Amino acid sequence: MSIGASVPRDRAKRLLLGRGNYVDDISLPRMLHLALVRSPYAHAHVGAIETREALALPGVIAVFTAEDLEGAVSSWRAEHKLFPAMAAPEQFALARDVVRWQGEAVAAVLANSRAEAEDGAERVSVDWDELPAITDANQALAPNAPVLHDDMSSNLAFETQVTAGDVNAAFADADHVVEEHFRFHRHSGISLEPRGIIAAFEPSESRLTVHQSHQTPHQQQDLYARLLGLPEHKVRVICPDVGGAFGLKHHLMADELVACAAARLLGRPVKYIADRLESFLADVHCRDHEVEARMAFSDTGEILGIQVDDLFNAGAYGQYPRSSIAEGNQISRLTGAPYRHQHYRADVRMAFLNKSILGHIRSVGHPIACAVAERLVDLGAETLGLDPIEIRRRNYLDGDDFPRTSSGGVEFEQLSFNGCLDRALEIVDMTQFRQEQTELRAQGIYRGIGVATFVELTAIGPEYYGEGGQHISAQETCLLRLEASGTVRCYTGATDQGQGIDTGIQQVVADALGVALADIEVISGDSALCPVGGGSWGSRGAALGGEAALRAATTLKRNILNIAASLLQKDPSDLSIDQGVVVDGRSGAAHMAVSEIARIGHFQPYSIPEGINADLTVTERYASRGRLFLAGNGLQIAIVDVDVDSGMVTPLRHVVVHDCGRILNPLLVQEQVRGGVVQGIGAALYEELRYDEDGHLLTGSFADYLVPMAGEMPDIEVAHIETPTKTSELGAKGAGEAGTAGAVGAILNAVNDAIRPFDATIAETPITPPRLLRALGRI
Amino acid sequence: MTARTRRIALTVNGEAVSREVPVRQNLVDFLRHDLGFTGSHVGCEQGACGACTIVLDNETVRGCLVLAVQADGCEIRTIEGSDDLLSDLRRSFHALNALQCGFCTPGMLLSAQELLQANPAPSRQDIRDYLSGNFCRCTGYQAIVDAVAEVAARRPGGITS
Repeated sequence: MSIGASVPRDRAKRLLLGRGNYVDDISLPRMLHLALVRSPYAHAHVGAIETREALALPGVIAVFTAEDLEGAVSSWRAEHKLFPAMAAPEQFALARDVVRWQGEAVAAVLANSRAEAEDGAERVSVDWDELPAITDANQALAPNAPVLHDDMSSNLAFETQVTAGDVNAAFADADHVVEEHFRFHRHSGISLEPRGIIAAFEPSESRLTVHQSHQTPHQQQDLYARLLGLPEHKVRVICPDVGGAFGLKHHLMADELVACAAARLLGRPVKYIADRLESFLADVHCRDHEVEARMAFSDTGEILGIQVDDLFNAGAYGQYPRSSIAEGNQISRLTGAPYRHQHYRADVRMAFLNKSILGHIRSVGHPIACAVAERLVDLGAETLGLDPIEIRRRNYLDGDDFPRTSSGGVEFEQLSFNGCLDRALEIVDMTQFRQEQTELRAQGIYRGIGVATFVELTAIGPEYYGEGGQHISAQETCLLRLEASGTVRCYTGATDQGQGIDTGIQQVVADALGVALADIEVISGDSALCPVGGGSWGSRGAALGGEAALRAATTLKRNILNIAASLLQKDPSDLSIDQGVVVDGRSGAAHMAVSEIARIGHFQPYSIPEGINADLTVTERYASRGRLFLAGNGLQIAIVDVDVDSGMVTPLRHVVVHDCGRILNPLLVQEQVRGGVVQGIGAALYEELRYDEDGHLLTGSFADYLVPMAGEMPDIEVAHIETPTKTSELGAKGAGEAGTAGAVGAILNAVNDAIRPFDATIAETPITPPRLLRALGRI
Repeated sequence: MTARTRRIALTVNGEAVSREVPVRQNLVDFLRHDLGFTGSHVGCEQGACGACTIVLDNETVRGCLVLAVQADGCEIRTIEGSDDLLSDLRRSFHALNALQCGFCTPGMLLSAQELLQANPAPSRQDIRDYLSGNFCRCTGYQAIVDAVAEVAARRPGGITS
């Protein structure tokens, strides 16, 4: 069996040799470089744009403004038909008349080198007329706030509510109520390779070929075709090696669309690579939520009700093509999801304001939903004098509770909260920890432990975006081609940004077909070659791409055996394939090599009778039915030290117990989960995109925006429980969200546990030293 | 703003190179775009992320913080010229899945090699501290630390436990 084995990745060997092929490594003949003129203001009228000086510089070939792109590229609105009331203001590739965040581009300079393009961008002068900026959602929704978009009467983009039971009655009858006001600041995915694109247009064929650092080539093909007015079959999007994505690279970005439009207008290839400052300014961001939440308990520690009020912002526009409600939506669906409560209400409001657009970054909404509920559970435990483990035990959904539709309206098939907790407590000795904690406190060392239980929503079904009217594929397709030599090419719609889904799919095909791993090559990331699929986002590769591959391999195997059976004069059901050889299904005795079938199938097809399924190129697809998500679950435990004099938090130990169903490759899942934890610890302690009150970004470099480094990260122990989903034959659920989903909650609870002797609490992330010292009353 | 240029002569991965370069061009851009050594990556151009780490006269430097003209007369080694030195590190990185997207990996390998040369028996924290100038956004760093520790234990003079 290859599935379940720790198989290292083929692609990694090339990357280790420095032979990767990232977008910026590619160069095309007569290629131009794009630099963008970006707004220095968060909100301003754009007056006259003077380009003559720039055009006079050596190497500068063209300068485009919004006016020049009119007719060449359409505008868009981030609508979602399931939320018809959601405001979707019009956005343009280059801003017209008004800029709405610092960094929004108003002009494009094309030159023979990036340096010359930047020289040109510096010489473009814009007549700016600064307008008041809104940088906070409360400010945006205040009665007299200036309204950002002309066709709106306020900055409220959308509001929605999720309810179950009677939450008011539950709180009125409760023995105890705990509440907290949370603030989760803005950060982003910060892929080490910035966004990048090379767009090449062949006018004689109306053909656009795009190399882009992206997660979803088919989605981009559709978008570029529609927005540029090209026939879709003339647009090809190739995603070469992608240097980290984390959701950052599955959106339409205006900058990249400008590169496509410029390539078309000039008939020359155009390269655009965001630099780091541009990444901070103009990438999509995530979080930036303010949450008021309370939890009602009975005297015995039963959770009776949960109420959540989430206020967040979409930035200046809705993100396209998915729209921006998902983060608030996930919070409204997931808060307290692991627990058996009956009464629930979540209110979500989303505002527009003058910051970069909020996107779907890894673990959309999950870290907030988890941190809010898990902090309230800990506060409840404290109020009731219960152990944090015990209070969770009393409330976890368990065995007979499943299958179930949660209070937030999410379908749970079978989750393993208690199983994960049992396993975690084998790894962490709580009694010993508490003893140690007491001893250390006596020495002035403040150590804390935090538990966070989470539900992980993966492999979104087609109903959400399908009904929403978005062109986003939530099904996956696999094409298998048995070559004449008997080796296999596997084309998948899933894409690989390093997580290793290519290898996972290779393993699935190897097992289902009965051929060696080395005889299978997986090809992905090319909208012209690969069958239509959604790419990789929202933890869908293994669950959907894997199942499609399983189906394709099963079909190809059937066809190979049909041919073998006719040649051998046997019944196909008596035959199987093992290590590339057709064998007797019972005895295992070898009959003939698959390579022999391939040779006959390709070159002597007359030997195969008509009327049997004998195609050696097969395509199968998989889309889930009747469920919005495939829910997985897990639990994290963080142990930290807090220096109460400096406010520094040191993560000491981190444990994850995770259930993502059937695991294709533990080696790959393990480190993907750890990577997610590190990003979660980053969000909990370091990473923040800070703006001043005028909407100027203060964190434009890695000296200001801190990402976790090796030296400050702990070892992260990862264990798994496998509860395969029965909705597919493969049984895999997604695994990419888990690490990030739980880490913020675990760290937040651990820090609060550490500072308990000071009668202080904190509910704001990242937990920076100044914030912690303020919470401790020391500054 | 006509870009001034200057001729430089240097050795890159064992080969003599002579080129006319803009005085404002940084070394990693020169290596990548003029010489085609695209294994060194550009992650921040701020000297922070370490993706452009290269070896200049036997010391790792940030390729984005050195101007090409400063490398005149120097000996440069990039990931492409480091095959023999790094083969055991590469094997361990591969086997232990110490990379995902691979963007940080060339810089990470060169920093790890420099550490092991200076300190053949590093502790896990030594490894973590030394590699803190190389950001990785995909892994949890742990597999990287494991891989470097494994190589340290196997190399002559390394830790044996």
